[in-house]
This record gives sequence, structure tokens and C-alpha cells, in this order.
Amino acid sequence: MPPHRMRPAPGLVCPVSATLRTDAAPFGRAEAGGPEVASFVLDNGLDVVVVPDHRAPVVTHMVWYRNGSADDPLGQSGIAHFLEHLMFKGTETHPVGAFSKAVSSLGGQENAFTSFDYTAYFQRVARDNLKTMMSFEADRMTGLILDDAVVAPERDVVLEERRMRVETDPAAQLSEAMAASLFVHHPYGIPIIGWMHEIEELNRTHALDYYRRFYTPENAILVVAGDVTADEVRRLADDTYGVVAPRGARPQRLRPREPEPRAARRLSVADPKVEQPTLQRLYLTPSCITARDGESHALELLAEVLGGGPTSYLYRSLVLDQGVAVNAGAWYMGSAIDDTRFSVYAVPAEGVTLEALEEALDRALARAPSEALSADAIERAKTRLVAETVYSSDSQSSLARIFGSALAIGESIDEVRRWPSEIEAVQAARLAAVAERYLVPARSVTGYLTKSREPAAAAA
Amino acid sequence: MTPADAVSRTAAASESSSPTQARPVLSARGIEAWHVESPIVPLIALAFTFEGGAAQDPEGKAGTAQMLARLLDEGAGPHDSDAFQERLAARAIELSFHAGPDAIGGSLKMLLKHADEAIELLALALAQPRFDQAAIERVRAQMLAGLRYQQNDPGVMASRRFFAEAYPGHPYGRPSSGTIESVSAITRDDLVAMHRRLLARGRVKVAAVGAIGEEALVRALDAAFGALPEGGDLTVVPATAITGLGRRIVVDLDVPQSVLRFGTDGVPWRDPDFIPAYVLNHILGGGAFTSRLFQEVREKRGLAYSVGTSLVSHRAASMTWGYTATKNERVAECLTVIADEIARLTRDGPTDDELQKAKDYLTGSYALGFDTSTKIAHQLVQIAFEGLGIDYIARRNGLIGAVTQADIRRAAARTLGDGKLLVVAAGRPTAM
Repeated sequence: MPPHRMRPAPGLVCPVSATLRTDAAPFGRAEAGGPEVASFVLDNGLDVVVVPDHRAPVVTHMVWYRNGSADDPLGQSGIAHFLEHLMFKGTETHPVGAFSKAVSSLGGQENAFTSFDYTAYFQRVARDNLKTMMSFEADRMTGLILDDAVVAPERDVVLEERRMRVETDPAAQLSEAMAASLFVHHPYGIPIIGWMHEIEELNRTHALDYYRRFYTPENAILVVAGDVTADEVRRLADDTYGVVAPRGARPQRLRPREPEPRAARRLSVADPKVEQPTLQRLYLTPSCITARDGESHALELLAEVLGGGPTSYLYRSLVLDQGVAVNAGAWYMGSAIDDTRFSVYAVPAEGVTLEALEEALDRALARAPSEALSADAIERAKTRLVAETVYSSDSQSSLARIFGSALAIGESIDEVRRWPSEIEAVQAARLAAVAERYLVPARSVTGYLTKSREPAAAAA
Repeated sequence: MTPADAVSRTAAASESSSPTQARPVLSARGIEAWHVESPIVPLIALAFTFEGGAAQDPEGKAGTAQMLARLLDEGAGPHDSDAFQERLAARAIELSFHAGPDAIGGSLKMLLKHADEAIELLALALAQPRFDQAAIERVRAQMLAGLRYQQNDPGVMASRRFFAEAYPGHPYGRPSSGTIESVSAITRDDLVAMHRRLLARGRVKVAAVGAIGEEALVRALDAAFGALPEGGDLTVVPATAITGLGRRIVVDLDVPQSVLRFGTDGVPWRDPDFIPAYVLNHILGGGAFTSRLFQEVREKRGLAYSVGTSLVSHRAASMTWGYTATKNERVAECLTVIADEIARLTRDGPTDDELQKAKDYLTGSYALGFDTSTKIAHQLVQIAFEGLGIDYIARRNGLIGAVTQADIRRAAARTLGDGKLLVVAAGRPTAM
């Protein structure tokens, strides 16, 4: 995979695969009572999480910052992601390329990613090299040096990245347009990578201002998973990250709240390149942070029951029974600080119009509370979600990501560990209640991806 | 297999699950598997691969092997598709099949407590797929939708044209996923015949990793694969090599960025020069931030977000293959930079320091590819498929460490040669 990869935005994934699951719990969750996780705080405010995994003599070292694209200053969309790229451009102590060369010569792997709510950097190395990684990473927490000679080509790289992901792909353009429409006020409606015209204007000053505001020990979370003990990590972290001066307080995230939605919205992207139309729907729902009374767990389970694979309600109804679609599914992006998105999608069978497919989808959704929520179906969905937590505990880097992302959005380690038992405990009536409350037209955006009839009109 | 048996055996086992400790296991019916026992996480990962894949597709029926792979779990034995999928889902058993040019294979992941049922379902899928007409038509419709969805994707267009030009008239020049026309033409009889030809127990490689003991594995192997016929009827895929070196081809598409695919000769994995070629490839365009193409194309000039090269090793062909994407106005510049780096590397070779760093990276990072049970199982099966021996993982870093400048020069002459490339650009480049 190319470096500096962002978390894929949902909808950028081809919706045709029968096994598509753009993921309810983005990295799965750890099993209840699972790995022995330790956590503590350094004197300068840096949070530390240690996930021991002694199966192989390697470690995954990650630093998460509690700022993502949704914290980009107005008019500077894409700055969080651009800075993530620029973080590889060197410090006073370690000139450009030195960190990557060190990782590489130690046989390590490294990368970074930016999401709506956080930015993270990681290396995977043999356990003996952990302190070296910590020293480099602590150094670039405050020591970054930028000059225009490296900023300008890197901006070109990001522009090429956007061309690759979005400008050449009508499906990605539809996803962007739908998010921009769903979130009428909140920055989740702005693409993580930023809008083209604003990326073009980002400069060294924007990057450094942003860096000084957010890259502080109080705003960071260190996660080490692997062949280490909590005591070792504490000692190494004190020697490295511990010397970074505190700023006194964690930077504030300034997030507007979505107003109560009133309007069902519809939009379409028509492009001469589209040969396979698709139907997408987004609903505004609570996230694991904004939900009350376990509604987020109910939405996770609802997405699995409605659209988690070939035994799901929508697949059976639209693909197997009615034959109006070749694929159908649902996902919920529960891991978010603010109100978030729940999606259903379908790919029409040949000869079926998107309008007819949408009617069939709406009929199926209307009947879902009475037809989709059998005890068997709910049990199956619970089994699958809980099994994922065991499967993810087989992967050291998955575990590091699960705990890092949870803490970065304000969840606790206990909440992560309780997740499987809380999923098990969701009652059928709760699923019906969240479906009826949230999967309603006023909270929705419906998107059509279609072929344009007049090629010239779409050549913008 | 009884899970309780597996647990009691593993409780005494060492904590190490190093893939270098893989051991061969032979079942009563003669199926061999490579086995790594690892009791820590209560799951089992199984990987398997059968010789013979999309290169065996009948003329005009490209996509048959892939369609077969997608139909194996769409109804088998007494269960129709929906019933079969429900049994998998109810136990969170993850079963998938895939077909590449030379092989059809799959992957099974299960919780320890569901191992018996998972093996039973795998056995049904392999030996008794039903090929119900409704399932065939549904899978066909999904494949056609997938093809249409990607029909004007610049990356897909560039790759398809690239392989068509590289291997004209050869099975490797046809897309494994087929075309609208070829997928439409596949019949149930084609699928039944392909199943009989490809799924033979005498040509399967298996690896098992996780919380399963040797005795339980032996029983599972016979249960899963024992009912398959010993041999099938494979067509010989003729050896071939990349053609069209020196040509530059444009696939016209109205997008602001051109996707580039480029290639030249390679060496296959079993060849003694593969390891030197692999080190050379790492220096030129391998997966680290330090490669020459990454530095010259991306870091210094901002020409592209991703750029790299890799070695493609098929049964009957091999090549060095590269990719990048740059805006239409800079395509010519990008190709010049790539050509210059290849010429410089072929002429001067890497510096001693560069060679040492590449070796350090490749030896040090090897263990990182074995960090989950599924990855270990897939790597083992790949090594078995290539016939490299069960000790390959233990030997491999020594082979890398022994590579000399002379080895690199020889590999460069065989792969990069005189620097002529076949280039395909999908987009609207202003110049090439």
C-alpha cells in the first residue's frame, strides 16, 4: 500500500462485492476480559496504553493525536491530512528522510493516517528498537522544521492523491456530495483530504500554525502493542516523550452541532464513465459518543441485521427474493465524536431503474421492524460481531488501532472491553426503536450514480 | 476433530508460534499440510491452494475459474445457497475462495469451538457444490455488475490493456475476471467441468495455523479434502515472456490524471536469481519510503502519490511491473524520471551502502509479514505452492544476506536489460 494512507471513506469502496462491509466498528473490538491492557499518564499529560502480546518479538508503536479533518480551520480543508504528510519532512535533530531511513534500516515498517477525528503515526519494529522509534516520534511531536522547498512538492503529492481518489472516480464524487449534503453544518461533511481548491492554497504557515496548536503531549495518546510490559514502556516513555514540555492544557476542538434535520435530500452524479448505476442512502444518527441509552450498540446490530452480508435482511429481500438488486447492504460508522452516518446501498439488477430499486428498498425498510428482527437473525448478527473481536485479537496492529481510535474519540478502555457483552445484551425492541427513530426521510440523503446522456455536460 | 482434544494438547505447547517451526503433517489419505500450532488465540486459520486457475479458462470463457470460486459457497450438498450461508453466519465461520491465473484457493477462519462444523462446510463446498441455476445467474449478474462498475476506471483499464499487450494471445493476457461477453457465455456445464479439472486432492497445498493439534489436524484434512478425486486434467500453459518493450500506448479516457502501468522482464520465484532481483526491485521501487522511484518521483518532484514496482511470478512467465499516476500534463516528465532511474541503476548499480540498507530492511521486516494466523497460513501455502521447501522461511534471510553486487548486476541485466519498457497510460496525457 502507498504510504500516508488515509482511512478510506465509506463509499469509496466498490459497492458491488457481495462481502462488502465498510465496517460498523472500524477495527473490530477486543473481547471482554481480553488482553491485559495497562494505561497511565506521563507527567506532561501524555496518555499511554500498553497492550501486551508476546507471540512474536515485535512491537507496534503508535501515536494518536486528538485532531482530525473535522478540526481543520474554516477555509483550510485538508490541513490535518497535509500536515500528516509534512510530518515526514524532518526536524532540527533528524533532517528530512532520517526517520524513514532509520525505520527502514532496522527492518521496520511505518505509515500514518488521517481520519475525521484523529491523526495517527505508527511503526512496526523488532522489540529491541522500540526506544529508537519513541525517540524519533517524540522529537517530531514539537521539532518539525518546514521550508517551502519541501512543502510545495508535497502539496503536489496530495493534489495527485486527490486526483487519484476522487477526481477520476464518479462514485467517490457521489460520496463526497452526499456527505456534504447530510451534514448541513458539521465538518464531517467536508472530505478528509480537503476540497481541491483549498488544498491548492495550503502553505507552510497554515501547516505550522496547525502543528503548534495540536501537536502537544496533552493532546497525544501513545499506544504500544506487542512483546513488552507496562513497566518497560513507562520507563522508555519517561525517557523520550517525558522530556517534551507540556503546554498546560489540551487544545480545544471547536465542533458545531448538527441542527435537527427536516428535509429529505436527493442528489445524483451523472457521468459518461458510469456503466453500472448504484443507489446510496445516508441517515444522520447518533455515534457511540453522542448516543444515549445504548442506542449506538443497537445501531451497530441493526446495520449487521439489515445489511451485513448474504444472510442479511436487505440482501435476502432485494437480491434473493425480489431479484431487483445484485447486491445490497448496510453499515454504520459508530466510531465518531459527533453525530454520524448510517448507510444502506443497493446495486440494481439489469433492467431495473434506480427509481424502482429505491421504491423496493423503501418498502423493505418500512417492513424491517416487523420482518427483519427475528430472534435467529439477531442472534446471528451478535455472533458475527462478537467473533470479530476474537479475530481481531489475533492481530497486534488491530488491537493497537482499536484502543487508539477509541481513546482518541473519548471512549475509555473499559468501554472497549465491555463492547461485546453490551452487544450481546441488546434487546430486539431496541433495534425496532432505533430503526423507527433514525431511518426516516427527514434524516436522509439519497444518492444516484448514473450515466450521463450528454457527455459534454459532464466534462467539467 | 474434537476441540477439547485440541485444547488439551495446546495447553502444554510452547508460547512460540513462529512460522519457522512449521511442521509437515500427512493425513491417512495422503494430504499434506504445513502446521503451526499456536494456542494463544482460540481460533484456527486454514489456507489452501489448488494448482490451476484462470489460465485454464476455456477459449472465449474468461472468468470461468473466478465464477467457480464464487459459486463454491453458494450452495453445496443438502444446502441451497441461503441455507449454506446461514450455517456459516450462525457460527461466524469465514470461508472464502479466490482464483488467480495459476491457482484456485481459499481461506477458512473459525473459532476453535466451531471447528468441526467449519470443516464439514468446507468439505461440502469443495466436493459437492450444487451449481444451482439461480445461484449461477445471481453470481453472473454480480460479476457483470462488477465489470461494468470498473469499465471506465483508469486503473483497471490501464492494467487490462497492459497485460493484453504484454501477453497477446496467451492466457495471461486475458483478464481473470473475464469480460462482459465471456462471463455472459459461461454455462453450468463449463463450471462443472472446471470444478472436476481443478479441485483435485493430489494438487492441493494446505497450511493450518492456530489452536489445533496435530491429531485433530490430520482428521480435519481427510474430512475436508479426502473426498476429492486424486487428479484432474490440466492444460499445459506454455511459457511466455513480456512483449512490446519500447511501446507506449494510450487508452483514452476523459480524466485529469493518467494512470501508468509499465513493465519489463522478470525472473520467477523458483529461479536462483529471484532473490537478487527481489533486492534490486526493493532498491528501485519496493514498498518502503526509501526506494529510488519513491524519492525521485514523489519526494523530490511531487509527481505522484503512489509509485512502485514489483516482481510478478507466474507459473509460465515473469515480469517486473510498475505503477504510478500523475496529472496529464506531467506524464512525459514522469516517464523520463522513471526511465532515467532505471538506466542509472542498470549502469552504475546501487551503492554498497544502498545495497546493505536494502538487505537490512528486507531481512529485518520479514517477520512482520507473519503477525496474524491468517497471514502465516497464506505465506506457508504460497511457499508450498512455489515448491520452495518447508525450511524456506528459516533460510530466506540468509539468501538475502548473501546477495552481492555481482548478483545485483546479473539480476539487473536479466530484468531491466536495456531499459526498454512497455508503457500503458489510461487518461489523456498531453505528451508521452
